[in-house]
Amino acid sequence: MNRYYHSVKVDPTKCNGRMKCMRVCPTQAIRVRDGVASILEDKCIDCGECLTECPEGAIVALTDPVGELSKFKYTVAIPSPALYAQFGRQILPDEILAGLKDLGFSDTVDLAFLCGEVSFAIQEHLREYEGPKPIVSNACPTVVRLIQVKYPSLVDHISPIDIPRELAAREIKKAKAKEHGLDEREIGAFYITPCPVKMISIKQPAEKEKSYLDGAISITDIYGPLLSAMDGGKRKERSYRKALEDICILGIGWAIVGGICRTLRLKNSLAVSGLTEILEVFDDIERGKMRHIDFAEAYSCWQGCVGGSLTVENRYVSYNKILKLIETLEFEEIKACPDIREVRKRYAQKYFFRTGILEPRPLKPLDTDLARAIQKRKEKQEIFETLPQIDCGACGSPTCLTFAEDVVTGTAELSDCLVMVAQKSAGVSRKPASPPKIVELNPPDAKAKNKKVD
Amino acid sequence: MAEENGLSQVFEITGKDFGRAGTISTKIKEILQEIGIDSAVIRRAAIAAYEAEMNIVMYAQRGTLTLTLTPTAIRLDVDDEGPGIEDIELAMQEGFSTATDEMREMGFGAGMGLPNIRKNSDEFAISSTPGKGTSIDVVLNLNQVAE
Ligand SMILES: Nc1ncnc2c1ncn2[C@@H]1O[C@H](COP(=O)(O)OP(=O)(O)OP(=O)(O)O)[C@@H](O)[C@H]1O
Ligand code: SF4
Ligand SMILES: [Mg+2]
Repeated sequence: MNRYYHSVKVDPTKCNGRMKCMRVCPTQAIRVRDGVASILEDKCIDCGECLTECPEGAIVALTDPVGELSKFKYTVAIPSPALYAQFGRQILPDEILAGLKDLGFSDTVDLAFLCGEVSFAIQEHLREYEGPKPIVSNACPTVVRLIQVKYPSLVDHISPIDIPRELAAREIKKAKAKEHGLDEREIGAFYITPCPVKMISIKQPAEKEKSYLDGAISITDIYGPLLSAMDGGKRKERSYRKALEDICILGIGWAIVGGICRTLRLKNSLAVSGLTEILEVFDDIERGKMRHIDFAEAYSCWQGCVGGSLTVENRYVSYNKILKLIETLEFEEIKACPDIREVRKRYAQKYFFRTGILEPRPLKPLDTDLARAIQKRKEKQEIFETLPQIDCGACGSPTCLTFAEDVVTGTAELSDCLVMVAQKSAGVSRKPASPPKIVELNPPDAKAKNKKVD
Repeated sequence: MAEENGLSQVFEITGKDFGRAGTISTKIKEILQEIGIDSAVIRRAAIAAYEAEMNIVMYAQRGTLTLTLTPTAIRLDVDDEGPGIEDIELAMQEGFSTATDEMREMGFGAGMGLPNIRKNSDEFAISSTPGKGTSIDVVLNLNQVAE
C-alpha cells in the first residue's frame, strides 16, 4: 500500500476536521471524510504547508527523535546551513558546531563548505552543459517532487549534481570509518533539518536506492538543547574575525533563496521561492520561455530553507542574517572557499554526480485505459457543470472540480455536496447544458447561468 | 472526429486580457495529465495551445479554443474574431512579428509562436480572413494507442 513514503501524516485523534489543511494544500492532496483529514499519497509532494497551517498540531512531521543516536557507535551531525541563521548575529557556525558536539554527537560537518564545493561543481557543469535550459536546482526535495508529479516533462532540467548533504554523509562515513577502524554501518549521519521533506529524501530518495544519511532531526527539536549547550560556559576563545574566516561564503548562501546565484555571480539565473510563484516559473519553463536562463534556484519555502516549517526564527530575520553575513564576507573579502582546482579535478572524475535516474512520477490517470479515462474525464466535467462551483469545501474535497473527480473515481457521492442538496430542496438547480458542450464562461455569464431557475 | 467516444471542451479567450493569459493552456495540460497522456505529447500540446492562446490575447478581440480528445488524437481548434492575417506565409516565418514595444517588454514578439505551433503538431492548418479573424487547427496523434 505504501507506494510512497511521506514525511507528514495526520494524527486522527487530534484532527477535528477544520479543513484548513485541505484548503492550503497546493496539489489538492487532502480530503476530509467523516470529520478527519487524510492525505492522498500520490498527490502529496511533502511541502509541509498543511503542517504549518494546522491549528491543532494534528499534522505531524516524521523526523527522528534525538534518541536515535544511541543506535550508532559513532554519530555525525550534518546541519543544514539554515541552522546557522537561527541564532543571534554574534553566534557564528563554529560555535553552533561546537554546541552540537556538546549535545553528544561524536563529530560534526560544516555543510556550508560542501555546499561551496557543489556550487563550484554547478558552475563547472554550466560551462559544458548543452541540454535543455534552465537547469533547475535540486536542493529542495519538494521542488524535485513537484517536477516529478506535475511537470514530468521538466525532469531533464533537474541538476544532475548531487546534493551537498548526501555528499557530506558519503564522505564523512568513508573518512571516519578509516580513522577509527569502524564499519561504515556503525556510523550514523544525521541531518539537522529545517523541513520534514528532507526526511523522505532520506527514507525514499527520488533517484537512488538508498540515502547516505541515517536520519533527520528537526531544528525545532534541537534548538532548545543546543541553545543551552552553547551558553553552557566554554564559548570558544577566538576572535570574531577568525570565526568569520572559516565561513564558506558560497555555501552559506544555500540557506536562502538566491544565495547560490549571488555567491557564484551567475549572470543568467533566477531564484524563486514559494510554491505559487514556482508554479508560474515552471509553467514558463515548460512553454520554452526561459531558455535564455542558465540556472534556476527554486525553494518551496518562502525565502528559502530559512523559511522551512521546522525552523524557529522568523524567516525574514533569518534571511537577513544570512544576507548580512554574505555582505560582510564580501566586504571583508573573505573567501574561505573550497579549492576550485581540486573541485575541477573531482568534477572530471564524476565525483559530484548523483547516481541513479530521476524518473517522472505523474499522477495516476483516471483510468489506465485511454478510452475509459477520456470517458471519465468527460463525466467529471459533466458533474462539475451541475455543481454550485463555489469551492466551499463542505463536501470534504478542496474544490468543486476535485469533488467531481472524487465522485467519478468513487471516493465521494454526489449527495455529499450539501449546497446542492439544499438547493434541490429549495427547487433551484443547475442542469448541465445539453448536449454537453462545455463552455468556459466569463464571470458575468456564469452568474447569469447560476441564477437560472427551472 | 466522433464525439461519442471523445471529449470536447470549449474555452473562451478574451483579447488583451493579459492577467488571465496562459490559464487555458494550463487547464488543457491538466486535463491531459488526468487522462494519462504521455508527458512529451502533453508538453507539445500545451505549447501549441499556449502560443495560440497568446496570439488571441495579443492580436484579436476574442476567440475560442476547442479541445477535442479521442483515443487516437488530440485536436485543438482555435478561432478568433480579430484583424486576421494579411500575409500568412510571412506570419509563419520565424522571427516575423508585429508585436508592439509593450508586448516585447513583456517577453513576447519573438515571432516564434506560429512556427512553434506548427513544429509541435502532427497536422497544422491556418486560414484567415483579413478584417474578420483567424483559424488554426492542430492535431497531435496519440499513436502509442494505435499499436
Ligand atoms: N490570431 C492572430 N490574429 C492576428 N494576427 C496574428 C494572429 N496570430 C499571429 N498574428 C500575426 O502573426 C505574427 C507572427 O505571429 P507569431 O505568434 O509567430 O509571433 P509573435 O506573436 O509576433 O511573437 P511570439 O509568438 O514569439 O511572442 C504576429 O506578430 C501577428 O502579426
Ligand atoms: S525550501 Fe528548504 S526548507 Fe523548504 S521544503 Fe525545500 S528544502 Fe525544505
Ligand atoms: Mg505569438
